[in-house]
Amino acid sequence: MNTWTITRRIFTQFRRDKRSMALMILAPIFVFTLMWLVLDSDENTLEIATIGVPSSFTEHLSAEEDVNVTSLSEAEAKEEIAEATIDAFILWKDGQPAVTIEGSDPNITSSIKDLLQNANREVSSDPFEVYFWHGSDDLELFDYIGPVLIGFFVFFFVFIVGGVSFLRERTQGTLERILSTPLKRSELVFGYLLGFGLFTILQSFLIAAYSIYVLDVYMEGYFLYVLLVTFLLALTALCLGTLLSAFAKNEFQMIQFIPLVIVPQVFFSGLFPIEGMAYWLQAIGKVMPLTYGAEALRGIMLRSEGFADFQSPLYILLGFIILFTVLNIFALKRHRSL
Amino acid sequence: MKSVVDLQMVSHQFGKKIVLSNITLSINKGEIFGLLGPSGSGKTTVVKLITGLLKPSDGSVYINGEKMPSLAQMKRYGFMAQSDALYLELTGKENLDFFASIYRLNKQEKKQRIRKVMEMVDLTDHIDQIVETYSGGMKRRLSLAAALLHDPELIILDEPTVGIDPVLRKSIWDELRQLKDKGVTIILTTHVMDEAEKCDRLAMLREGQVIAMNTPEKLKSDCHATTIEDVFLHYGGAAQ
Repeated sequence: MNTWTITRRIFTQFRRDKRSMALMILAPIFVFTLMWLVLDSDENTLEIATIGVPSSFTEHLSAEEDVNVTSLSEAEAKEEIAEATIDAFILWKDGQPAVTIEGSDPNITSSIKDLLQNANREVSSDPFEVYFWHGSDDLELFDYIGPVLIGFFVFFFVFIVGGVSFLRERTQGTLERILSTPLKRSELVFGYLLGFGLFTILQSFLIAAYSIYVLDVYMEGYFLYVLLVTFLLALTALCLGTLLSAFAKNEFQMIQFIPLVIVPQVFFSGLFPIEGMAYWLQAIGKVMPLTYGAEALRGIMLRSEGFADFQSPLYILLGFIILFTVLNIFALKRHRSL
Repeated sequence: MKSVVDLQMVSHQFGKKIVLSNITLSINKGEIFGLLGPSGSGKTTVVKLITGLLKPSDGSVYINGEKMPSLAQMKRYGFMAQSDALYLELTGKENLDFFASIYRLNKQEKKQRIRKVMEMVDLTDHIDQIVETYSGGMKRRLSLAAALLHDPELIILDEPTVGIDPVLRKSIWDELRQLKDKGVTIILTTHVMDEAEKCDRLAMLREGQVIAMNTPEKLKSDCHATTIEDVFLHYGGAAQ
């Protein structure tokens, strides 16, 4: 089988080129860890000043986590808020709290609003009992974007390494050389798919296992499902990378595809909410493979979806893989018409 | 004589640029046929047309009577490209093993042929060395070895001896003659005039046209020249 011959050669090359292998496995883990450190860290302590606030209310405030309450005069409070050493002050006027928020950081602003609502509720009436259908009270931002990030990093690094490897086949002249043998174009493409495919199983496993079991990203579903989606996403990236490499003259031009092909996918794949966008803008996301991978991963990890629930994005990913593969076999016609 | 390769009224153009016009030639079994011409004369294009990597814009190319490109015929020739076309991360042996697998050589044949061709190009001592560490000449020789690997009956070599030292060049030529004696047909391109003299027959290429084609001796005597270079000047000048 010539497909297997190509696959075996790719493995030997991987074994020799440890750096590329590291790029595909360690780089995602490294960047993932950095993002986790930034996003999963405990929130800042909120500095709140009170001016003439009754002690019953102040006690409720102080009881909340990560809040530091100090009692100041109005003039002092205004001076400190101007220097941003406090985040907000509460002035008691006619039996009602009036809150002034520093306001330059939207995250702090919303934290303070939440905090005050909580405090207010507890003072005034019976608090609501809150239950969670999915997730839990301490679901962090990182838990929400984690599934998308797993998909993204796998996609990104497989795209680069797969694309450049296939391109090098052309720039070093070996593509022409092996096409002057009885090798079929499809055998070449499938050989790449198989060689990198087997490798991406390992890569997907390590990245998913690391993020779920070491970084403790919120995970409700089956690990095997996560692996399946990540693997399909990696294959899509591989097919897309090798296909696009046909349109690059050299490695530098391959890198130029990153802002064109990879970066837009970050914006439309669900890392940022797009529900509010115009319908045609949302449609852009529908042609991007990462959207479907991210959708499935989120379903599995956050909502514990079973196969029946997340299967449709999987079929779309499979569709992408078949489409890109066929196009790639066709694009190789430029190098040999047969 | 039986012809192995036939080009009939072959023209080729890349976009609007015409690189070959109206070339007709046939190469006989068991001869060493040289394509001589300066760079840009279309030698490599002729080679790519014969190997089936390119399809001519006009006219047809046949190997053993079968129209190219044909996968069946691709099995029957060995090709050495102008660029070395080797996998730099692999050792010499791994490169040859890869090509041998594509030609479906079995384990026994593989071992035997790899040893044989590495001896031919004098690389046996470097067989387990990573190709990245090879010198230019060594890479060239390994490329040649890869082309000879499956014992083809037709060998197509694009600038085979560039960067190879004279002693080794001589030994490569001796090998080629031995192959020829066994009935192997050899096509090679060169821009070195004295190397062209070693071919059985020569086609001189200039600006995509064959300006002369014959045995080196006949070419020289026809225009009373003493060297191939003079012959080239004679016909090249006349073409203008």
